Amino acid sequence: MNNKRQYEVVFIVDPTADDEVSKLSENFAQIITDQGGTVTKNEVMGKRQLAYEILHHKDGTFVLLEIEGTGKEIAELERRMRVNDRVLRYITVRVDEDRRRADKLKERRARKVAKRPERHGGPSRRSPAMEFAVASDE
Amino acid sequence: MSTNYEDRQRGGGGGYDNDDDQDRRPMGGRGQGRRMHRRRVCRFCIDKVDLIDFKDVRLLLNYLPERGKILPRRISGNCATHQRMLAEAIKRARNIALLPYTTD
Repeated sequence: MNNKRQYEVVFIVDPTADDEVSKLSENFAQIITDQGGTVTKNEVMGKRQLAYEILHHKDGTFVLLEIEGTGKEIAELERRMRVNDRVLRYITVRVDEDRRRADKLKERRARKVAKRPERHGGPSRRSPAMEFAVASDE
Repeated sequence: MSTNYEDRQRGGGGGYDNDDDQDRRPMGGRGQGRRMHRRRVCRFCIDKVDLIDFKDVRLLLNYLPERGKILPRRISGNCATHQRMLAEAIKRARNIALLPYTTD
């Protein structure tokens, strides 16, 4: 489980091909599963105005895929998206490392809160333990 | 690491801004606006945010003034860690046209 990577892929579909969107995302999900990955989330974020024009399009349909796998299926998926004219733009972000880091921070915070009451009314605010807690915040 | 807690609290991000407390710099007509930003605390630290999502456009827009540039930390008061995460998220959002690179 530890060597599984998690990715978020967001891609923009040509809004004139709106009826194809679900088909397209199904298609991409299929590619992932064929390559041995798993799709944990497949969500159409809806039509949205683009912040700037892409290939003369002013708006597009955003689709989010969350993928778990080794990274090989990402390569294939990106290749397919590059070739597909309907996909205006895509971005892949690896999220597992950041999420793990966030979980760690959360856990650490929970531990700190649990510890705090016994230190209440302690001799000094600048006890070594306190300094450590502050340093770990950053 | 001998800096004590209070010092670091006050220093926040840019140590050079410290004398702001004494109001020695009038900052011309923008004085009012500057004062509003003086409470230099990291919003993300208060809300205990560990991850900034690049898809959260509404959040990111708070840190994107009219021009579309990333709001500097000396104004927003963000801590270094969160400013870095924020900048990364904004750049990702720009890439997929959720946010503008520039606005004119």
